[in-house]
Amino acid sequence: MSGNMNLLDISQLSARVAGKNILNGIDLQVRAGEVHAIMGPNGSGKSTLAQVLAGRADYEVTGGTVRFDGRDLLALAPEERARAGLFLGFQYPVEIPGVNNVYLLKAALNAKRRAAGEPEFDAYEFLALIKQKMKFMQMSEAFLTRGVNEGFSGGEKKRNEILQMLVLEPKLAILDETDSGLDIDALKIVSKGVNSLRDASRAVILVTHYQRLLDYIVPDQVHVLVGGRILKSGDKALALELEHRGYDWLQEKVA
Amino acid sequence: MSSKSQDVAALISQKYRHGFVTDIESDSLPPGLDEGVVAAISLKKREPRFLLDWRLQAFRHWKTLREPDWAHVHYTPIDYQDISYYSAPRAPVDAPKSLDEVDPKLLATYAKLGIPLHERARLAGVAVDAVFDSVSVATTFKDKLAKAGVIFCSFSDAVLNHPELVERYLGTVVPAGDNFFAALNSAVFSDGSFVFVPPGVRCPMELSTYFRINAAKTGQFERTLIVAAEGASVSYLEGCTAPMRDENQLHAAVVELVALDDAQIKYSTVQNWYPGDENGVGGIYNFVTKRGECRGRNSKISWTQVETGSAITWKYPSCVLKGDNSVGEFYSVAVTNHYQQADTGTKMIHIGRNTKSTIVSKGISAGHAENSYRGLVKILPSADGARNFTQCDSLLMGGLCAAHTFPYMEVRNPSATVEHEASTSKIGEDQLFYCLQRGLSAEDAVNMIVSGFCKVVFKELPMEFAVEAQNLLSVSLEGAVG
Repeated sequence: MSGNMNLLDISQLSARVAGKNILNGIDLQVRAGEVHAIMGPNGSGKSTLAQVLAGRADYEVTGGTVRFDGRDLLALAPEERARAGLFLGFQYPVEIPGVNNVYLLKAALNAKRRAAGEPEFDAYEFLALIKQKMKFMQMSEAFLTRGVNEGFSGGEKKRNEILQMLVLEPKLAILDETDSGLDIDALKIVSKGVNSLRDASRAVILVTHYQRLLDYIVPDQVHVLVGGRILKSGDKALALELEHRGYDWLQEKVA
Repeated sequence: MSSKSQDVAALISQKYRHGFVTDIESDSLPPGLDEGVVAAISLKKREPRFLLDWRLQAFRHWKTLREPDWAHVHYTPIDYQDISYYSAPRAPVDAPKSLDEVDPKLLATYAKLGIPLHERARLAGVAVDAVFDSVSVATTFKDKLAKAGVIFCSFSDAVLNHPELVERYLGTVVPAGDNFFAALNSAVFSDGSFVFVPPGVRCPMELSTYFRINAAKTGQFERTLIVAAEGASVSYLEGCTAPMRDENQLHAAVVELVALDDAQIKYSTVQNWYPGDENGVGGIYNFVTKRGECRGRNSKISWTQVETGSAITWKYPSCVLKGDNSVGEFYSVAVTNHYQQADTGTKMIHIGRNTKSTIVSKGISAGHAENSYRGLVKILPSADGARNFTQCDSLLMGGLCAAHTFPYMEVRNPSATVEHEASTSKIGEDQLFYCLQRGLSAEDAVNMIVSGFCKVVFKELPMEFAVEAQNLLSVSLEGAVG
């Protein structure tokens, strides 16, 4: 697809959770090839936006439209969004005891390939692929046979999310606070993983509290989300300004 | 009662005189239960005197017992006088004549489980001789077993051909009067399986009711007795992963296992009786007494069960650990969906020194189902150094089902170690969404999560069974989420 076209086009998106309005008219356009960072104080709706885009059932969309890669995203079931190339890196990856990490990932990749009309990978092809990706992410092969996120440390879970992303090669990756809880070495590895996926046909949305991540993954745009709205957008300099001044000055400006 | 006894005596002599044997094949007894019926069953099966006496004793005891109501299950009372306690092995009149007459839903399930075509006809109860084309296979196995000295036959055959073994071991683990359903079974049991593995013999193959393919349908009061003599070992598979066509609502089976010195018995069950429909109508009541006795030193008995069928399941495969250093194990997956009810668990009775038991129970509830784990760990004063580890996990799917855990512990020896771990989790919305977000369908996601939950138990099943059990689980939980 053309680099100038919007891969993701969010218009006036509103949503609520348990009867409470969280998103109040989000407008956001992301073009292929771009990296956007979404920052904002706690409770501003960053994670809700990520969950709504991925299609979580208990998040109710009350208004607005979302187009993804030319399709009406909100009309698709969560698994269809995933197969269409939308990936959510979870803030708190859940443990699924007894289910092999590698087994889930193979099922995920093959579900996507089936949907795209591509032949499924057999066990050998898949193993070769995942071993190569794990090496890149500096993960030990012991991860293959462990239960999904079972007994993983916080850092291991986040690294595992990025591994999944690299295997699934999404068009749009939304990474929800993937940097939180990472030490500096893990942060570098995770950033390396994300940067390796950057190309003209893909886009990344980073949800983060810390400008530190943006030293490693340099964004094209930074947006500040407050009270379920994007209050300000800018380039990387905005992230630095936020780090120095916090969010209060933005909220005061609005008031 | 004296007039009844005279009736019995009269019945016995009369029937013998008239060569009753000839019409066994076609005969059924009318509904109802009294000593005459018990005697008639024994007679039809040409049983030796000791067995008739044993049955009658059981029956007299049964009449003094009250049907238990402590289990966490609910059902309308059973009218025991309204059941026919003996019917001809097969009832070709109402059996389907071909697969075309079989419920398509049932056939669809067989297909999903990957049951071979010729097997499907047998399971559906099609009354055609052609379905027995694996009889020759069964015969081959019989030869192999005979060479090893293993006796594996129907209970009726054992009574006729090995009466001394039956008399020696029958009722020594589950006494005739053990409980209401066991007493009933003892009085009226129709048939079942018998296994004897002689000293030092390792049974050369997994024994399965599957191989007893040409044996008559064993009916609702099945009786199984397995004896592993000194140093012997055997693995026995009960049941089949496919739902069985069956007209009997009440099933009250008894299984007895005896392990002598250094012997090992592994007993695996996959139970998939008709559970009733989505609205809880119909379905089998499965009230079973299963118990194994580690009679000898260093013996081991291991129960593995995957229970997905029946409207009501009421069973507690147990181990009596009498021999020093003996080991009892219980691995269980119990699945209940729709309106199914299960009250199941185990008893580990530690008597010998340094006896060890392990209990791993996984309960899965969906729909409106009720799933209870009930387990007893009893350590007697003689059981120095006894150890038990118990782990009970419950998984709930949806908000209308329930899981209960009733662990009982009686420890009367201070040197014992008893550990209990329990957990209840909902099939996480989080887990489900995580899988969906990776592109899996809801059905695949549920199967994957449930299989993971049951993995430790499936590992204990013989390999060919484990795969089928996994398929079975996904069929049982179809439509439970999403």
